[in-house]
Amino acid sequence: MGDWKAITVPLLSSGSKNIFPYTSERKRSPTSMNSQVLRLSLPSPKNMYNFFGAFCTEENLEQSISYIDRELTTMGFPSIYAEPKGKELNLVCIINCMNELLVLQHKNLRAQEEVEIQHLKLGSDMDHLQNCYAKLKEQLELSKREIVGLQERDRQLQSKNRNLHQLLKNEKDEVQKLQNIISSRATQYNHDMKRKEREYNKLRERLHQLVMNKKDKKLAMEVLNYVGRADGKRGAWRTDKTEARNEEEMYKVLLSDYEQRQKQLLLENAELKKVLQQMKKDIISLLPPQKQKPKERSEDGLVLSDQEEDIGELNKENMWELSCETVREQLTNSIRKQWRMLKNHVEKLDNQVSRGHSGAWNEKDVISREDHELETGKLELEIQQCKEMIKTQQQLLQQQLTCDDDTTLLLQDCYLLEERERLQEEWRLFREQKKNFEKERKSFTEAAIRLGLERKAFEEDRGAWLKHQFLSMTADCKPENTTASAFLRSSDPDIRLVKSASRQRRLPSVLSPAVSPEPFQISQYIAQNSVASEKPAADNMPNLWVEGDDKEETEECTKSWEDSGVGPLFRNLHMEQLP
Amino acid sequence: PWFLEVFKARILPQLSPVLSPQASCIQHRLVVRDASSLQILQLYTCLDQIQYIEWSSDSLFILCAMYKRGIVQVWSLEQPDWHCKIDEGSAGLVASCWSPDGRHILNTTEFHLRITVWSLCTKSVSYIKYPKACQQGMAFTKDGRYMAVAERRDCKDFISIFVCNNWQLLRHFDTETQDLFGIEWAPNGCVLAAWDTCLEYKVLLYSLDGRLLSSYRAYEWPLGVKGIAWSPSSQFLAIGSFDEKVRILNHVTWKKITEFDHPATISSKKTIVYKEVEKSPTVDTERLTFPPTRALASSLFSTQSKYDISQVPVSLQYIKPVADRANPKVGVGMLAFSADNCFLATKNDNIPNAVWIWDIRKLKLSVVLEQLCTIQAFQWDPCQPRLAVCTGSSRVYLWSPAGCVVVQVPGEGDFQITSISWHCSGDSMLLLSKENFCVCYLEREERKGVKTCCPV
Repeated sequence: MGDWKAITVPLLSSGSKNIFPYTSERKRSPTSMNSQVLRLSLPSPKNMYNFFGAFCTEENLEQSISYIDRELTTMGFPSIYAEPKGKELNLVCIINCMNELLVLQHKNLRAQEEVEIQHLKLGSDMDHLQNCYAKLKEQLELSKREIVGLQERDRQLQSKNRNLHQLLKNEKDEVQKLQNIISSRATQYNHDMKRKEREYNKLRERLHQLVMNKKDKKLAMEVLNYVGRADGKRGAWRTDKTEARNEEEMYKVLLSDYEQRQKQLLLENAELKKVLQQMKKDIISLLPPQKQKPKERSEDGLVLSDQEEDIGELNKENMWELSCETVREQLTNSIRKQWRMLKNHVEKLDNQVSRGHSGAWNEKDVISREDHELETGKLELEIQQCKEMIKTQQQLLQQQLTCDDDTTLLLQDCYLLEERERLQEEWRLFREQKKNFEKERKSFTEAAIRLGLERKAFEEDRGAWLKHQFLSMTADCKPENTTASAFLRSSDPDIRLVKSASRQRRLPSVLSPAVSPEPFQISQYIAQNSVASEKPAADNMPNLWVEGDDKEETEECTKSWEDSGVGPLFRNLHMEQLP
Repeated sequence: PWFLEVFKARILPQLSPVLSPQASCIQHRLVVRDASSLQILQLYTCLDQIQYIEWSSDSLFILCAMYKRGIVQVWSLEQPDWHCKIDEGSAGLVASCWSPDGRHILNTTEFHLRITVWSLCTKSVSYIKYPKACQQGMAFTKDGRYMAVAERRDCKDFISIFVCNNWQLLRHFDTETQDLFGIEWAPNGCVLAAWDTCLEYKVLLYSLDGRLLSSYRAYEWPLGVKGIAWSPSSQFLAIGSFDEKVRILNHVTWKKITEFDHPATISSKKTIVYKEVEKSPTVDTERLTFPPTRALASSLFSTQSKYDISQVPVSLQYIKPVADRANPKVGVGMLAFSADNCFLATKNDNIPNAVWIWDIRKLKLSVVLEQLCTIQAFQWDPCQPRLAVCTGSSRVYLWSPAGCVVVQVPGEGDFQITSISWHCSGDSMLLLSKENFCVCYLEREERKGVKTCCPV
């Protein structure tokens, strides 16, 4: 209701032609509007008009109505007057108009809201876009700067490169220059050297002339007497003959050297030939299975094998002793072909091996596995057959053996003896077992007797107990509590007793008059045989120990008792458990 | 092995090639001893201080060269009275040697003006002009029939082949070398290997009749060949070069069979690495006497050494070569085949403490001997695969496929072995220091003992 003040009616009242008096005020609630609209038609207290003040008063009602009518008609609504120019108002029409206006108002409001939301959205979008724009602008700026930097660097590098190129060129020039210098110096040096050598030669010549030409008396040999030559021959005069002989000798030397070398080569050749022959033989011995195939395949193979035969014949005729030239081609050809075959063979083997290897890794794996399975199946079948065969054979053998002579008999005897021994061994074992069994049986019977005796004693006890109970049925006993607790304490180490105590509602009452050791015993029995809880406690209490064998329950109980462990609690429990 | 006492010798003594005598000289006296007993057989007095001695091939004569005076004196072992004196006069003398027949003496004059061939049989003199002054400019075939001489004429290299019988020129041809460095005959006397200066890797192979059989070049620019060695069977030619590799050529195609690298780290498990380790002698303090005996004292202060087998991988001591010096200590310069062609011993100059022994049958590195000191020299036993190595210490190291042994030279003082020379029988070897020598006898039964002999 606080929004009343915010109404912008004064705007209207000021006489402006604004059709939509309620614009921008978003806070205005529709209820307030409604109330205002309603106020227009509904008669309302005077003070209200006063409060509104401006638009419609008692005095200008007519004018107001007409004004509204006008306004409405301009807006396309039907006239609110019942009849044109009449003063009667058409209430229905007014109401309709009002409704229309209200609807319009709502629509407008909704539209306005939507528009505002959109505006907001757009605003935020705008902001976002502006941010993006700013960022991008920054980036652009940055990259521009970077580009400039890079360009600068590029420029620098280029200039550096240019400098280096220049340097390189200079260096090259320098090198060229130096090379030229070196070569020129080398030529100069060589030239000088030659000059000097010539000079030196000249000097030597001069010296030679000077030294030799002068009759050098000193230059002489003093010998006591000449000695004979080492070879005992006399020195010969130098003639053409000797020269020729020298030549001859020289060539002889050379010849002998070459002959020696040739001999060596021959020897070497022979050795190599031997090796070759050996190898050829080996290859031929290796190849036969291979040789068949090329024969079948092509004529080439035929030719080849023919040649081989030829060579084989030649072999027999000691073709190795022939000079190489005559058989060289054949020899090399045959060797080459054989070698090729061998190579092919080896390659094939290699391929096989590699295929075998790669097969393990390729798609062939599956196939091979299938094959493998098939193979194993086959093999298994075969094994089965073999086994059967063996069986039949054995049978046959057996039959043969049965109708055979001494040896078989002897063998049979052996078997029998063995069997007998085995049986005897078994028999002995059996006896021992029997003995053991009998022992056990004896002990069992003894135990049973003992049991019977005990049972008898117990029956007697029970009889006594029942009797007591019967007698004490009438008389209630008081000191139950204390005795029970005392009893409990006494049996403290064996807490399992507690259970039994709790069970035996009236046991303490029985106990109190009775002598002390007996109930203890009983309780012990109960504990040992672990009473079944399902059984009603009052029921056949003495029989409990014979029946149940469940220990778990008692143990649970003992636990609970361990926690509490006091008399009163025990008592409570005892009370609860009472049926 | 057992030793004879150490003798003083100014210049390298020489075991005669055929017979047992052994010659040594002190100052201007030439002493000839029996090689087994070291008893003095002959004593000759020369005109001046002897600088070089050489036995003739038949061990009948000894030449003594006195380069300073340009004189060569020849002595006969059979006729002590016989003497011969050759004076080169003002031409001077830088080298003298026997011809293979033992009846001619080849003297090289100063400045390599010529080689004079003096005959002891006739009074004839032959001259060979323009010999080249290079490390190995003259080579005789093993059978002594031919001599090859490197020559230089008009700035070009030539090789002349002479018949030693009558010193007739057999062949004369130029070689495609810039600066021929050395020549060497194959042991069969039919192939001559010639190699260029180290500035250019080039090995040329010539037949006896002067035909170029083949030329081999492994690479172009770096320093090239440092040394070559023929196998005794003439089957292989090993070429050691400055790139620390040995390349082996075969005698049929003259192409490379294999190349052996000399890395500083040996990682192959098939290689045995013997490492020499020093062990100080343990002295029983109770046995020490005062004053200590000389032997004991010397033994106290001399360390002994033995071989250990190192576990591969082994890294050897590597000396980084100085690049800006001439003749850098890098590459394989020393290499030799064993007498049975089965092994090749090499030394890489920038791993100076190691001897590499390659198995030629397997073409693999077989053994590495890692010594404590720098290898001075090694030489194969002429009869069996046995290598003697010396390192400038007083120990000689012997390797054979059976194993390694260190032999200490007995005696006082430092005896720094710088060179080894086997006797042709393989039973003994001369161990030489700068001023002394001793003979080491190796016996099959490994009987040890020291034979003493009075020094002259």
